[in-house]
Amino acid sequence: MANDSNQVIKTVIAGSGFSYWRRKISNAIFTILFSSSIIIVLLPLLLIVGYLFYKGASSVNVNFFIHRPAPVGEAGGGMGNAIIGSLYVVGLASLIGIPVGLLGGIFLGEFPNNKLSTVARFVADVLNGTPSIVMGVFAYTVVVLPMKNFTALAGGFALGMMMIPTILRTTDEILQTVPNSIREASLALGVPYWRTVISVVLRSAKSGILTGILLAGARVLGETAPLLFTSFNNAFFSYSILQPISTLPVQIFNYAISPYKDWHRQAWAGALVLVVAILIVNVGMRTFSRQKFEQT
Amino acid sequence: MTLSPDVSTGIITQNLKAYFGKVEVLKGIDISIPKFEVTAFIGPSGCGKTTFLRTLNRMHELARNATITGKVLVDGTDIYAPSVDPVLVRRKIGMVFQKPNPFPTMSVYDNVVAGLKLTGRHSRKELEEVVERTLMQAALWDEVKDSLRKSGASLSGGQQQRLCIARTLAVDPEVILMDEPASALDPISTAKIEELIFQLKDRYTIAIVTHNMQQAARVSDHTAFFYLGELIEFTNTRDMFTKPKKKQTEDYITGRFG
Repeated sequence: MANDSNQVIKTVIAGSGFSYWRRKISNAIFTILFSSSIIIVLLPLLLIVGYLFYKGASSVNVNFFIHRPAPVGEAGGGMGNAIIGSLYVVGLASLIGIPVGLLGGIFLGEFPNNKLSTVARFVADVLNGTPSIVMGVFAYTVVVLPMKNFTALAGGFALGMMMIPTILRTTDEILQTVPNSIREASLALGVPYWRTVISVVLRSAKSGILTGILLAGARVLGETAPLLFTSFNNAFFSYSILQPISTLPVQIFNYAISPYKDWHRQAWAGALVLVVAILIVNVGMRTFSRQKFEQT
Repeated sequence: MTLSPDVSTGIITQNLKAYFGKVEVLKGIDISIPKFEVTAFIGPSGCGKTTFLRTLNRMHELARNATITGKVLVDGTDIYAPSVDPVLVRRKIGMVFQKPNPFPTMSVYDNVVAGLKLTGRHSRKELEEVVERTLMQAALWDEVKDSLRKSGASLSGGQQQRLCIARTLAVDPEVILMDEPASALDPISTAKIEELIFQLKDRYTIAIVTHNMQQAARVSDHTAFFYLGELIEFTNTRDMFTKPKKKQTEDYITGRFG
C-alpha cells in the first residue's frame, strides 16, 4: 500500500514541471538580469563619487575649509563661509521642520485612520513630490518679498518646508510599526495616554525617527534651487539671520557657471565635500540604526 | 435578574452592552464577580468574553468605534461615571494579555516598575523592593534575579508572561483581568501560570478568559458561560462542569459545538 502511494507521488513529480536544463538556463538568465539591474543602480553613484575625487580632491585642503572666496585671478580662497552658511541654513530649517514634522507625524502615527490624518498624509506625499524650485518661489513670496531682502531666514524657511513632509511621513510610518499590544500594555497599567506615547511608543521608535530626521537634513543640505532666490549668496562670513548667506550648493552653482578655471576647480572641490558629507550622514545613520536594532 | 453566587461582591455589571460601531457584541450582561476568588469566562470564539473582560477596565473603549452602555460597579462605584478617570480605573484593575507583551526597549527591571515609573516618582529603594516582591509573587525571581538588566524581550515566552504578571502586580491593583494568559504557552509554563493564579487569589479578585475548559475547571471558583454575546449560565465551577442547567452549556462543555 505504502509502495503504491510512493509510486504515485514519484510519477506526479517526474511528470510535471520543466526539465533540468530548462530550469538551470532560466535561472541563469534571470540571475543575470537581476544582478545587472543592481549594477546599473550602483554605477551612477560610483561614477559620480569617483569623478568628483578625480576632479576635486586636489583642490581640497585646509584653506578650502577656513577661507572665504578669493577675488577672481587671486590664488587661494575657499568655501569656509559657504560650509558654515550651509550648516546655519540647515539648522534654521531644522528648527522649523523637526518640531512640525515630528508632532504632525506623531498625530498621523497614533491616529492613522482619522480623516485629518488621511488628508495630511496625501498632502505630505504631494509636497514630497513638489519640485524644490517651487518651494523656493513659495519662500520668496511669503518671506523675501515682505522683508524686501534675501535672508538666511528665507533659505531656512524654504528648506524647513521641505523637511516637514519627509519627517512627517517617516515618523508616521515608524509609529505604525510599533505593535498595538505595547500601547495596550502601558495603558492597562494606568499610564496616561500622553505618557504612553512619549515613554513607550516613541522610545520604541526612537532610532527610526532619528534616522528619518537626519536623512531629511541630509537631503535639504544638497538643495540648490530653493536657496537661489531666498538666502541668495554672500562673499563674506555672515552669521545674521536677516542677511543673505552663502551656502555650499549655491556657491558651487555660481562657480560652475563662471568662466574661470580657478573657480571651476573650487566648484569641483565643493561638490566633493558636499557629496562626501551627505554620504557620511547616510551611511553613518544606517550603520547606527542597525546596531541599535540588534541590541534590543 | 442578576446571577450571583453567594459571596461578597467585587464587580457588578448591570445591563452592560458593548458595541463595535453598530454591531452589538454584548447584549446586556448582568453578573456579579465575587471578591478574592477566581471567576472564569468560557465560550466559543466570538462569544464576547474577551470584550466583556475589556469593558471591566475600560480598555474596550480604546478600540475604534467601540462604545458601551449600562453600568460596571466596582466596590459600588460605577467606573463609567463621568467623574471617573479611566486612567485610575486601569491602575486599580490590571490586565494580563493573551500574548506576552513586555516593553521591548526596557530591561526586566524596568518592565516590572514601568507602571510606577511612568505614573509618579519613587525612590530607588522602593522600586528595588517592588521588583523583588512582585517577581517573587510571579514565581520568576529565581530565574531572573541575576539578569535584571537584560532586555525583557530576551526571556522565554513563559517567563515573559510571568514578567507581565509581575508588572501588573507592581502597580498594586485590586482586580486582575487575564485574557487567555496561557494560550500562547507550552504545558509547563501553563502549569506555572495556573499555580500562580491559585496563589494570587488570596489578595486579588481574578477574572480569567480561557478557551481551555480543563483550565477553567482547574483554576476557577466560578465559571460563566458566554454565547453569542449573552451570559448563558453563571455558577460555581464544580456545578458548571458536573450538572449544567442549560442545554447550550452542556453542549459546549461536552464538545458538541464551539
